[in-house]
Amino acid sequence: MDFMTLLQVLDSTVRLATPLLLACLAGLYSERAGIFDIGLEGKMLAAAFFSAAVAYMSGSVWLGLLAGIGASVVLSILHGLASITFRGNQLISGVAINFLAAGMTVLVAQSWFAQGGRTPSLTGAARFDPITLPLAETLQNVPILGPIYHELISGHSILVYLAFLMVPGTWWLLYRTRFGLRLRAVGENPAAVDTAGVSVVALRYAAVLICGVLCGIAGAYLATALQAGFVKDMTAGRGFIALAALIFAKWRPWYALSACLLFGLLQAVALRYQNIDLGSFVIPVQVMDALPYILTVVILAGFVGRAIPPRAGGEPYVKER
Amino acid sequence: MNKMPQWADVVLIPLISLLLAAILSALVILAIGENPWAAFKLMVDGALMRSAGWGYTLYYATNFMFTGLAVAVAFHARIFNIGGEGQAMFAGLGVAYVCLFIPWPHWSLALIGASVGAAVFGALWALIPAYLQAKRGSHIVITTIMFNFIAAALLNYMLVNVLRPPRSMDPATATFPEATHLPSFRDMFSTADNIMFRGAPANVTFFIALAACVLVWYLIWRTRLGYEIRAFGFSESGAKYAGISPVRITIIAMLISGALAGLMSVNTTMGESERLVLNSTEGAGFIGIAVALMGRNHPFGVFLAAILFGFLYQGGAELALWTNIPRELIVVIQALVILFTGALDNMVRMPLEKLFLSMRKGDA
Amino acid sequence: MTTMTTAPAIQLKGISKAFGPVQANKDISISVQPGTIHGIIGENGAGKSTLMSILYGFYKADKGEIWIKGQHTQIPDSQAAIAAGIGMVFQHFKLVENFTVLENIILGAEDGALLRPSIAKARKELQHLAEEYGLNVDPDTLIENLSVGHQQRVEILKALYRQADILILDEPTGVLTPAEADQLFRILARLKEEGKTIILITHKLREIMDITDTVSVMRRGEMTATVKTSQTSPEELAELMVGRKVLLRVDKKPATPGDVVLEVENLQVIDEKGVERLKGIGLSVRAGEILGIAGVAGNGQSELLEVLGGICDATGTIRMNGTELPLTGKGAHGQSRRAAGIAHVPEDRQREGLIMDYSAWENTVFGYHRDPAIQKGFLMDNAAIQEEAQAKMDRFDVRPPHPKLAAKNFSGGNQQKIVLAREIERNPDLLLIGQPTRGVDIGAIEFIHQQIVNLRDQGKAILLVSVELDEILSLSDRIAVMFDGQIMGERMPDQTDEKELGLLMAGVVQTPDASLEKVVDQQFALQEEEREGTR
Repeated sequence: MDFMTLLQVLDSTVRLATPLLLACLAGLYSERAGIFDIGLEGKMLAAAFFSAAVAYMSGSVWLGLLAGIGASVVLSILHGLASITFRGNQLISGVAINFLAAGMTVLVAQSWFAQGGRTPSLTGAARFDPITLPLAETLQNVPILGPIYHELISGHSILVYLAFLMVPGTWWLLYRTRFGLRLRAVGENPAAVDTAGVSVVALRYAAVLICGVLCGIAGAYLATALQAGFVKDMTAGRGFIALAALIFAKWRPWYALSACLLFGLLQAVALRYQNIDLGSFVIPVQVMDALPYILTVVILAGFVGRAIPPRAGGEPYVKER
Repeated sequence: MNKMPQWADVVLIPLISLLLAAILSALVILAIGENPWAAFKLMVDGALMRSAGWGYTLYYATNFMFTGLAVAVAFHARIFNIGGEGQAMFAGLGVAYVCLFIPWPHWSLALIGASVGAAVFGALWALIPAYLQAKRGSHIVITTIMFNFIAAALLNYMLVNVLRPPRSMDPATATFPEATHLPSFRDMFSTADNIMFRGAPANVTFFIALAACVLVWYLIWRTRLGYEIRAFGFSESGAKYAGISPVRITIIAMLISGALAGLMSVNTTMGESERLVLNSTEGAGFIGIAVALMGRNHPFGVFLAAILFGFLYQGGAELALWTNIPRELIVVIQALVILFTGALDNMVRMPLEKLFLSMRKGDA
Repeated sequence: MTTMTTAPAIQLKGISKAFGPVQANKDISISVQPGTIHGIIGENGAGKSTLMSILYGFYKADKGEIWIKGQHTQIPDSQAAIAAGIGMVFQHFKLVENFTVLENIILGAEDGALLRPSIAKARKELQHLAEEYGLNVDPDTLIENLSVGHQQRVEILKALYRQADILILDEPTGVLTPAEADQLFRILARLKEEGKTIILITHKLREIMDITDTVSVMRRGEMTATVKTSQTSPEELAELMVGRKVLLRVDKKPATPGDVVLEVENLQVIDEKGVERLKGIGLSVRAGEILGIAGVAGNGQSELLEVLGGICDATGTIRMNGTELPLTGKGAHGQSRRAAGIAHVPEDRQREGLIMDYSAWENTVFGYHRDPAIQKGFLMDNAAIQEEAQAKMDRFDVRPPHPKLAAKNFSGGNQQKIVLAREIERNPDLLLIGQPTRGVDIGAIEFIHQQIVNLRDQGKAILLVSVELDEILSLSDRIAVMFDGQIMGERMPDQTDEKELGLLMAGVVQTPDASLEKVVDQQFALQEEEREGTR
């Protein structure tokens, strides 16, 4: 594999890791606050459709982004209603949200565009364009570093940079601010937060809403930056890979970045090479597809470091003495 | 005292939830510019008014009974088996191997063999998540989700690289031998001058599903194992006190659950397509969640809910055929049922409990 | 300070609270002077905790007013309670286990949106508080690495950091050793000197007499009296608490112990955190005798019962009627223990002894459900089980006598009778019984005690674990005292007293530390008075 091919694979890794990273951080906020969310997939899907639809109709990708975030947040509120207000089962609520999104997107797409559950292709201002970073062209002939800067670091859409900036941002928010302290506390022992005079309900809704916004950006990225338009089931399990990455990352922001890059790399390799010929034997493409899931099961099994979720995760908070 | 009479819990709450789901679905249909009443009539016509419609409804219902029972049995042990889809997929391989590589003399023997194959493969696919949950404390909801994806990749590999006949472009096995073809309802119920269930895929597996409902009822409410499964589901500390091993119950409950989910592949693979194709499960594993929730984890409830979803599936197909409403409407209805009977249960329950409490006060 | 004394620190006027049909608090009024320690005493379920939860904004009262320092105050949530200067130390601590002490202390009382300045400020303040009140805790330790006593200090520090001048403590000594309890009381005395107002909720008369200035007694949701502690006696309080003269002595003949039934040697349990819970226990129980295990909760009694009952693994030796029983693996389950003739009434009937969602009849075979006698082929013989359950419930006077009612719908005493009926009627050789009367009403206590004595008189061996010293003294034929996973000594009930047992419970064997002895002396002199009075 020559240097340029490597760069191309890594470049594609960054693109593919971005939606995973956004969704993974979304899940991080929610689960750190004690709300399990297996509905990341559904929220991304809803956001993908509504961002593409609105971007197509308005011609503005920014309006599309807003619409995507809005759709995702609506589902987040539904999840909050079920799991915070009505103290329902968070897992079942997540399952319902995934199906709701899977059904509604196709239903509405068919009703609005009548193209068999997809939006028309997006062009021009209805898509996020790559941004060329300053001096990328000038420096591209500098050996090694030039191409890395030009090919790998420059030339992504703004959402990619946003996603990567979210990592230190999330770390800072979680470990250096009052909000972060409370958020982590409410996922570990909501009674401690409640008796300290802070509203458990408000904190958890805040976490769920942040989760909705980030899933919305992730979905919008899929439909308006990575691809040009919405197709049925276009998230293709990314919400679950993000969930896997979250466990892999042990619910920590920097680890989340590494996990998402790793899973992004697997996707990039699978996309480019199909079956990988190692001479003596061939790694079939399906292994690459399944690898994130297999790795997550191994991590969950505790054979490679234990993944301990937030202690109050999945449990609705009921006041008791 | 209980806040509500039991009938309200068992009958009233599911019915109200269903009603809410129906109203919202009707609104969705209205919103996309169709007439909900006409749509409903079309669904009833297509699914229930002709024997062929029933043939499809019962075919789908067979799948949902198996997957609904699978979810319900695990729920009794307070385990959420979201992996029915993967277990059924993997079980399809079991059916394919049994049908393709064993020379069966008669369909009845082949049916027994394939059922065993499906159950064993389904149970095996549930075993690893069960073991990891019981012994290593790995959250079974996450592991079973992961195993759904792993099963999909594995099935894909097996069909593309291993089981696909030479020169075929289709990722599917060869057609099963003639001797393994199961009698369909048409074969069983038609007379010479009156052909019933024309073209419908419902087959003899339906009766296995019925038997499974009865057996699961006995298992849960009449056997020691069922007693232990329910006790463990209510209280793990209590189970330990009584000498009921949490590891054993978790694994056994999941094996039974996986076997039940696996059995649906007999219906789809052997009964309908007569070969193993990609995506033969068509999400039925997930519908099991809705069916179990709606049926309150009781086999009879699961039976009724499975028929209801069978009707929705067949009706939905009719809608997609004759109107502009795509089949995904069913996915929306399914989501709403899961939402109201599962996640938003308290939203329906709380006002109802208040109502019953105030009625009791009024009596006193 | 002089102006403060005019208005009460806390005044409750006509507080009422109902949970569904249960009236937890009925028209309650109290008034607490600033700079005093006010005790609230009552049996379990008397409504003490509910009242304090209302004061701390956890529940909303149906009726009544709260006045703080002469001001009518609304307390809709904990935030308002904190703002009014109220701090509460709950029975179960409300700490984030994997946060440091400092993080727990600032949680909810941060100084601005960024953490660093808050933490720095809290560190200084904490040092100050530690010096002032003798509340030393390492600020950077994780809560999960602190002892229970120190965790409680963090709770007190949390309240003080929020500038609470009214401190409520709910059953603070339940989880403490006598020495830790003593330290706590010294801290409380110090807080009082500094002008803080303290409300102490407890069901232990000794603590009330020891430390409070005034005391209120609650019974069945009502406040039955408020008196100056110096003007009352333990016996008067006891009577006010239960509403009639209490008879805690059980009528029983002297024991006639027979052969050794249970023999335990060198029993050791190490829990999953690596803490040694049992440190080489040895004891034996004979037929026809009750061996009482005394001790402060959490000193290994629960683990002892769990090992014998087959719930928890151990190393060492257990012999039952001369046969060695396995301590790990398949043969160490509850089922095989039952087969060996061991019946077990567990300490926590709601979490262990019963499946609360099972009907009474299903619970009457819980643990014995694999008995071939109740099977019909592959199935359980439910009709026979139901019939037998009805008979058992009649014999044990379980009310209401409805086998189909779920266990959760019975009162604590009747739930315990269901467990007892199940375990006793199996005719075991050995009965393990933990906290037999916890959360049980007085009437049922006498019945349960009588059943235990009857079983002994039938020649059965009984191992009784209780944290109530009175119960141990009145039921046991022999007493072993546990402390820190060890047996500190055995005594005969007629050759010992609370003082000696108390020393053993505190881990003091032969040459007791003089100061500690003095403290324990004081406490038990008081308890002695109390017992004299109740006789």
